[in-house]
Amino acid sequence: MPKNPSIKSVLIIGSGPIVIGQAVEFDYSGSQAANSLREEGIEVSLINSNPATIMTDPVTADHVYLLPLEPKSIIKILEERNIDAVLPSMGGQTALNLAIKCEEQGIWERYGVKMIGVDTKAIEITEDRELFREKMHEIEVPMAPSKTATSYLQGKEVAQELGFPLVIRPSFTLGGTGGAVIYDPKKFETALHIGLQASPIHEVMIDKAVVGWKEYELELLRDKNDNVVIVCSIENFDPMGIHTGDSITVAPAMTLSDSTFQKMRNMAIKMIRSIGNFSGGCNVQFSVSNDEREEIIAIEINPRVSRSSALASKATGYPIAKIAAKLAIGYTLDELTNPITGNTSAMFEPTLDYVIVKIPRWNFDKFKGADRKLGFSMKSVGEVMGIGRSFTEALQKACQSLEINRNGLGADGKELTNQDEILQSLAEPSWNRLFHIYDAFKLGISFSTIHKKTHIDPWFLQQIQEMVLLEREIEKYSLDTLPRPLLLEAKEKGYADRQIAHLVRCLESEIYAKRNEMGIKRVFKTVDTCSAEFEALTPYYYSTFEEENESVVTDRKKIVVLGSGPNRIGQGIEFDYSCVHGVLAAKECGYETIMINCNPETVSTDFLTADKLYFEPVFWEHIYDIIQHEKPEGVIVQLGGQTALKLAEKLHKYGIPVLGTSYESLDLAEDRGRFSSLLKELDVPYPKFASVTSAEEAVKLSRELGFPLLVRPSYVLGGQSMKIVINEQELEHHVVKILRDLPNNQILIDHFLAGAIEAEADAICDGEDVYIIGIMEHIEPAGIHSGDSNAVLPPFNLGDLIITQIEDITRKVAVALHTKGLINIQFAIKDDQVYVIEANPRASRTVPFIAKAYQEPYVNYATKVMLGEKKVKDFNFNPQRKGYAIKEPVFSFSKFPDVDKELGPEMKSTGEAIHFIENLKDELFLKLYSERNLYLSK
Amino acid sequence: MESRTAILLLEDGTLFKGISQGSAKTSTGEICFNTGMTGYQEIFTDPSYFGQIMVTSTAHIGNYGTQADEVESGSVKIAGLVCKNFSKIHSRVRNSQTLESYFEEQQIPTISNVDTRKLVRHIRDNGAMNAILSTDGKSVEELKELLAKVPSMKGRELASSVSTKEKYEVGSKSSPRRVAIIDLGLKTNSLRNLLNRDTFVAVFPYNVTFEELTAWQPDGILVSNGPGDPEPLTGVTEVVKSIIDADIPVMGICLGHQIISLSQGLKTYKMHNGHRGINHPVLNTISRKAEITSQNHGFAVSAESCMANPDITISHVHLNDNTVAGIRIKNKPVVSVQYHPEAGPGPEDANYLFDEFFTHIEEYKKKMTIG
Repeated sequence: MPKNPSIKSVLIIGSGPIVIGQAVEFDYSGSQAANSLREEGIEVSLINSNPATIMTDPVTADHVYLLPLEPKSIIKILEERNIDAVLPSMGGQTALNLAIKCEEQGIWERYGVKMIGVDTKAIEITEDRELFREKMHEIEVPMAPSKTATSYLQGKEVAQELGFPLVIRPSFTLGGTGGAVIYDPKKFETALHIGLQASPIHEVMIDKAVVGWKEYELELLRDKNDNVVIVCSIENFDPMGIHTGDSITVAPAMTLSDSTFQKMRNMAIKMIRSIGNFSGGCNVQFSVSNDEREEIIAIEINPRVSRSSALASKATGYPIAKIAAKLAIGYTLDELTNPITGNTSAMFEPTLDYVIVKIPRWNFDKFKGADRKLGFSMKSVGEVMGIGRSFTEALQKACQSLEINRNGLGADGKELTNQDEILQSLAEPSWNRLFHIYDAFKLGISFSTIHKKTHIDPWFLQQIQEMVLLEREIEKYSLDTLPRPLLLEAKEKGYADRQIAHLVRCLESEIYAKRNEMGIKRVFKTVDTCSAEFEALTPYYYSTFEEENESVVTDRKKIVVLGSGPNRIGQGIEFDYSCVHGVLAAKECGYETIMINCNPETVSTDFLTADKLYFEPVFWEHIYDIIQHEKPEGVIVQLGGQTALKLAEKLHKYGIPVLGTSYESLDLAEDRGRFSSLLKELDVPYPKFASVTSAEEAVKLSRELGFPLLVRPSYVLGGQSMKIVINEQELEHHVVKILRDLPNNQILIDHFLAGAIEAEADAICDGEDVYIIGIMEHIEPAGIHSGDSNAVLPPFNLGDLIITQIEDITRKVAVALHTKGLINIQFAIKDDQVYVIEANPRASRTVPFIAKAYQEPYVNYATKVMLGEKKVKDFNFNPQRKGYAIKEPVFSFSKFPDVDKELGPEMKSTGEAIHFIENLKDELFLKLYSERNLYLSK
Repeated sequence: MESRTAILLLEDGTLFKGISQGSAKTSTGEICFNTGMTGYQEIFTDPSYFGQIMVTSTAHIGNYGTQADEVESGSVKIAGLVCKNFSKIHSRVRNSQTLESYFEEQQIPTISNVDTRKLVRHIRDNGAMNAILSTDGKSVEELKELLAKVPSMKGRELASSVSTKEKYEVGSKSSPRRVAIIDLGLKTNSLRNLLNRDTFVAVFPYNVTFEELTAWQPDGILVSNGPGDPEPLTGVTEVVKSIIDADIPVMGICLGHQIISLSQGLKTYKMHNGHRGINHPVLNTISRKAEITSQNHGFAVSAESCMANPDITISHVHLNDNTVAGIRIKNKPVVSVQYHPEAGPGPEDANYLFDEFFTHIEEYKKKMTIG
């Protein structure tokens, strides 16, 4: 009897709003788990307060509960549904903590619910540092010398005993919050204080720091028969001292011998078997001394799926969460099949014939005054993964995926050349250390100095040094003289055409033409879990420069959906939700769907989502080569946020059809001057504005517009560098700053309607008819970015006159822009007059929210309109409107204790929660409403 | 960046060009691939790979150099290496050597920058075949001629080439138990596993007689792994039959397992492209537990022949293709597996099989004392 027949109905707990340390990866694991259980005929109920997720969509679960993650909500579900078991291991630490809380309150027992996939004893051992330490001692697994402290005094005693450097790790926190490495005894007291405060039980573990040691992670699966497999080994490029979520990581492990790896593997298996009884996924972290002893110590073990297991799933093709869910309901590994090959066992350890590199994506620009140094507390908001047939190719592709205005690693003229700054950056890593290692080699700083400062394994450093040597060699040539072997080597090492063009001083298109002429073409290889030992069924591809292409083009009509790249503030999980729905809708219309994205955390890069997944940078060259290979009918750009949208121009230029709203319209909406002329023609009011390219111009025009002014660059997302200024001095300062960061940008200055109410409308338009899917009113007055405002659906105190104006304007603007698909329009309302602030003819951040609140698949509809398969009037809209839904932004300020928490026109929130309220007497609403002017102190 | 061209030519005419690393030479052998991501040095020195040209599918080779003590025999046994990225430098702090200089010392030709994934897919679909690897500038025509002369692996006896010529003893005479090894291509790690269990070991050449073995009075006999087809090894098979008839505890690994099977009248056959890697799933049909194993074999024991014999139990099954991974013989103290419980390289999940062998040894010793 493989699976447990008593489990017919399962509750999955999600991870709540996105915060740093707990992000999109749990949407991927939760969705996979739900699909995996439903495959088995199990009824799945799902609770999560995050509306922007795929997991909370009717396509994923039978019953979705968008409720706060608290025991009260669990009781409500258990009252309504006959739940047999709860699976809390898919929703990160948040879900585990809720499950434990419910267990302590006897809720599971009261309703006869069994907890599966975890063992609370295991969680206790792994989260309580002291218990963990004792357990490791018992099974003879070595750890760094350490002690726990529950008080300030005790902490100081421990420090004296162990000596510096030290690591402080608070118990029971997420993503290393409150953790720190302390080199300087003078800084210890403050750090200890922060650590104790961060821990809900006021406890910290103080470890002797093994700074500079190598760091590894293993992803494990365990079944009820205690069979264990290691799905993936991950090596951190950055040695110990940087949180693994903030480290560049590589799979498979690159510098580990078999003898050391097998020791580590045995330790990991011993560890997982020692901590209670559970069937599912598990992550174990180790450190290895960087000397001849190759001493291994255990760092920690997490008995649940994690950010790393999402990465490992994408890195290997082995769907960890899917299999973990099956193990939780009683299957054993040997009974299950590897879904990638379809005919070999799931009880195996994937092998890779490529390399993956993950690079975190930070958003320090959003947190002014933040300590940008990396350490034990995670600070990144997202990540990208590059896949290549060598480490360097994967590294370059990851760098090209980051969207930080670089063309990859090096060779783009943006090198840092100040030796002192470079040396400091090597020793005190921030987001840009990788780039500075390259710059250091280029500047001629010695290998041994770079090694001494960074402690990064010499093998990795050597790879980067070789890249710099290659760059020097290429620079000796011009476009005409560049020899084939050298160009091929550059492409094999992941250099973009644009980088090579920079080196030989020509155009990107000229390199593209030359390499095609020379027969240097991208081929596509399969991610198949088994290094080609068996035939793979799964269409999961990456590109490289070799002989054989494995991606066979079908004769079906096909479309490409461009993904939204790494998660970041202003462009988060909402866009992945839209991409996934776009893919599903196009499939329904009979298209073969092709997804291009580089974010390993997401559902869009689950190889089961689209018919074909190209795990590639959302970077022109890669996209163009895929399009050349696949020859799709067109490309959908309006679902993948600004990342996808900004590629529309080039697609248009190269004659590739942009599906739905045309490039001209997208450009018109973005071009403030032309857009305002359009509004004027339509007789639609808008705040007085001007567009300038210099500070001088700005000051001159400000006299016509009148202060306060809203200043912002064009073509940015999440209100990047948007600021309200109140005098000429501030204006000049900000304009100069924008031009420094974004040279040649058209800067927009708008008269700011102080005290106005803000609202936004989302609509679907087929060019003729418009359907407004929802209007949301912000609780806070104008001045706060829409992503950071509490907002209510439908509006709570806008009169009919206002609503009518909003609806009218939305229709007029949508049609005038020839919108085919989605459009979002932002409004400011002052003195009964509705002004248009901006219009975005694409899927907005609020679309998933409205779709969840009204229980209608708007992105699905909009995609069918984009494809021309349906008209607006073909749909029978039937929104479920009961009471109100409040969108509450969630911030990750706890990661940045020094940062000014003031909100403004630049978005800072990392996630959102949904609250349904019956009427305006609701306590939550009244609280938010009464505090609407206090936002500055949030 | 100076580089020499290298050529790999397969029996079916498929040609790969790449960059030569290591030694200038021309080598022939059966081409096979290994999917392991660690343990290249152990693979290269494993005598079971004698006479084979090895394709490593992992993206980088040589990253952690080579070590004098991480070898499975005294020298490199593969005939040549085919890989994607060959690391000229390594990062290990331990006193080690680069793979490049190690190969130069051992005269092993290497071709890198090959689309190894294409090559692996080719072997997977078309089966194992002979190949020639040249790094010394020979023309394709010359290579074709040379390749035509290479005999097929089927029916090829290779154990005699890697077996010890003379008997030798290892360990302490005062150890509580004595194990004799029939060396068909013994891996150092098998020996290590015996010595770690406080055993006095004698290693005999492949053509040892039953009398020579029993004269040494072993408490158990290990029939080692090795290269080539088991069928031509009729002499060893006869000796192993006599050992089993005499109820002496036996452990067979890989080729040793095939010899044990042949001695019981079972059949072996050449597989399409064999199992070579360190991630192979095996189910122990007796305990119902699964293990991840290190495997390296191109021949296997026929499942039909096992099922037709009432004295034989299939104790271990390969979970990917249900081939025979281990057998037990009714009322006989025999542990016989197709894979490598000694690991090196690979997981140590199956190490318990040595414990089972030693349990048989203890029982045998008890019986002998009483007897």
